Amino acid sequence: MAYSKKNLISTKDLSSDDIFQILNLAKHYKNLNLQNEKKSPLLKGVTVVNSFFENSTRTRTSFEIAAKRLSSDAINFTASSSSTNKGETLIDTIKNIESMKTDIFIMRHSSSGAAKFVASHTPSCVINAGDGCNEHPTQALLDLFTIYEKFGSFDNLVVSIIGDIAHSRVARSNIYAMQTLGIKIKLFGPPQMMQYASVFGCEICKDMDEAVRGSDAIIMLRIQLERSDDETPFPSIREYSRYFGLSKNRMKQAKDNAIILHPGPINRGVELNSDVADDTRISNILSQVENGVAIRMAILDIVYKNLKGL
Amino acid sequence: MRTLIKNGMIINANDSKKANVLIENDKIVDITLDEPKADNIIDANGKLIMPGLIDIHVHFRDPGFEYKDDIISGSETAVAGGVTACCPMANTNPVNDNATITRDMIKKAKKRGLIDLMPIGAITNGMKGGSITEMGEMSEAGCVAFSDDGLPVSSSDVMRAALEYSAFHGSFIINHSQDCSLCRNGHMNEGLMSMKLGIKGMPREQEEIMISRDMLLAKLTGGHIHIAHVSSGWSLKLIETAKKEGINITCEVCPHHFTFDDSYLEGYDTNYKMSPPLRTKDDVKAMREGLRNGIIDIICTDHAPHHLDEKEREFDKAPFGILGLQTLIPLTLNLVRDGVISLNKMVELTSLNPAKLLKLNDRGKIEIGYLADIAIVDPEFEYIYDENLNKSKSKNSPLLGKKLKGAAIKTIKSGKLVYDFPNVVV
Ligand SMILES: [Zn+2]
Repeated sequence: MAYSKKNLISTKDLSSDDIFQILNLAKHYKNLNLQNEKKSPLLKGVTVVNSFFENSTRTRTSFEIAAKRLSSDAINFTASSSSTNKGETLIDTIKNIESMKTDIFIMRHSSSGAAKFVASHTPSCVINAGDGCNEHPTQALLDLFTIYEKFGSFDNLVVSIIGDIAHSRVARSNIYAMQTLGIKIKLFGPPQMMQYASVFGCEICKDMDEAVRGSDAIIMLRIQLERSDDETPFPSIREYSRYFGLSKNRMKQAKDNAIILHPGPINRGVELNSDVADDTRISNILSQVENGVAIRMAILDIVYKNLKGL
Repeated sequence: MRTLIKNGMIINANDSKKANVLIENDKIVDITLDEPKADNIIDANGKLIMPGLIDIHVHFRDPGFEYKDDIISGSETAVAGGVTACCPMANTNPVNDNATITRDMIKKAKKRGLIDLMPIGAITNGMKGGSITEMGEMSEAGCVAFSDDGLPVSSSDVMRAALEYSAFHGSFIINHSQDCSLCRNGHMNEGLMSMKLGIKGMPREQEEIMISRDMLLAKLTGGHIHIAHVSSGWSLKLIETAKKEGINITCEVCPHHFTFDDSYLEGYDTNYKMSPPLRTKDDVKAMREGLRNGIIDIICTDHAPHHLDEKEREFDKAPFGILGLQTLIPLTLNLVRDGVISLNKMVELTSLNPAKLLKLNDRGKIEIGYLADIAIVDPEFEYIYDENLNKSKSKNSPLLGKKLKGAAIKTIKSGKLVYDFPNVVV
């Protein structure tokens, strides 16, 4: 059975077969991306709207490249140029764009549930490119793609996800997909970002050593230094890196061929020391970026075909 | 003008009996097994005759936000829910923080004449949390209590003064219990569900901390603190302790807090977004236990209309609050059906105790000499609560479009028939 929805909102909606379908297609597109002529005509004439209500250069660029490699007309709609600042509701904005006969919305929004909300109000495809603290399914899929390339299988893998679990959409999407695949997951982070993490049904670690020990892959989450919430932050960056940061020394606890992933951009010296971040034998951050384009091409391919019943 | 309600089952807080109720003008003049002559006869066979419900916590959005509801539509919604008296909160625009506004509100309600409107005045001027309002004059104008509901009174000193001063005028204080320093911009209950959904939560401790403070201030001042919309099990433990210690404290719960838990938020439906938020299944259980064992004094709705444009938004951008007046009876009857409370207890919680709290000694009972405020309730009647039945200008109820069981099929206010299911007669 292939994935049959016109949207990709949550990795909870993906079966194991769906994930492999996406990864196989991503492999095909990754090969295409290595050619001189990097284009597929698949989405010729299709209009893809990168609707970014929250800033993100990386994800937006990755989606834009993916959409253009598939020959679609990709346009960017960013919050700064959006009329939501003028009081227009999200639904009105979407309806307005939609009336220009667009086909696919790539949605980034600061509100959890926003992608689902938009999807329930539009006949177009909706791809969740990150909704608040909730999910970021294409990021999880590119993480899985990167892990799969390295290990050739998901069997008996142990993955640690470390950092601000509470606010991480990357963590949630990864947890759901990895649980579907039977991957063992360990979680660790500062206590104020780990409260209620038991809801995910993963192993909760008590310190960095335990979190890293025996892992095949370690996903280091980005600490949102720019977050200006009402929450009391951790004491200092220095202290964060000491108790929750990953250094080469700590990596010794992991399995010999263990790899590191990070959704980027890295806060050097905070969650990741440069000695690990720049070691290409363990750090897979740049392959993640490369794989991101292929994964997003695969998703665009699948949801558009589902929309058109192809 | 005489009306006879015959063949119904009269439900009072202390007993139930089958008898006919004779109304003359605005009063109940006889309760009898005979059939005295009357101009109107209402056959209430198989129905319950309850004292009109008194809702001490509603938001009618008038003045200032009349597009959500106003005193007229609010009154119509109330009687459609069997409610014959309402206490609207002060968070209007302008805020009900002076006698002139209080008088205007009452006048507007009187003109429509469906319910008694008994406003709750603001505790602080402009609900800004600073200086306290002219509670004496406002009480004279008709304010029955004081609250900055929607917002807590954060300063302990202001709250102390409010308790002392309201007590001097024979009134009391209702606090929206919330320690705002723990709000963290939360949109739902903090817990496993908020973690799962990636929505920022508000811990129940923010409510419990504020209740703790307020019960201590009530102890200090001897003033009467009434805790609005209790939502957590621990809050009830605190209130129980305070009551045992003789502190002047009462509390209320809303139907949504004894009906729904935070798992209903799974689909990010903003109609389940309210403040205080839906808590866990354990808290729902605790609310039901509190109703059963008498720790909770009153059921009220916190009827909080919001326009569709405001509610149909991203979850964190939508306002808090849902409609409540027309779902009060069916949701409370669910407690009776579940064996949590008796019909008599239902009357105590929705009518007699609110009347006592507001010192209305001619209401809350079906009794000779009492005001003829009556809800004739069919507990078995099943219907879809749809847009035709909904009398509010707003539609923010998760129950809209759903099947409900039990309703006021006729509502009588001061001897006048003011609601007839499904059409308002007056
Ligand atoms: Zn309130």
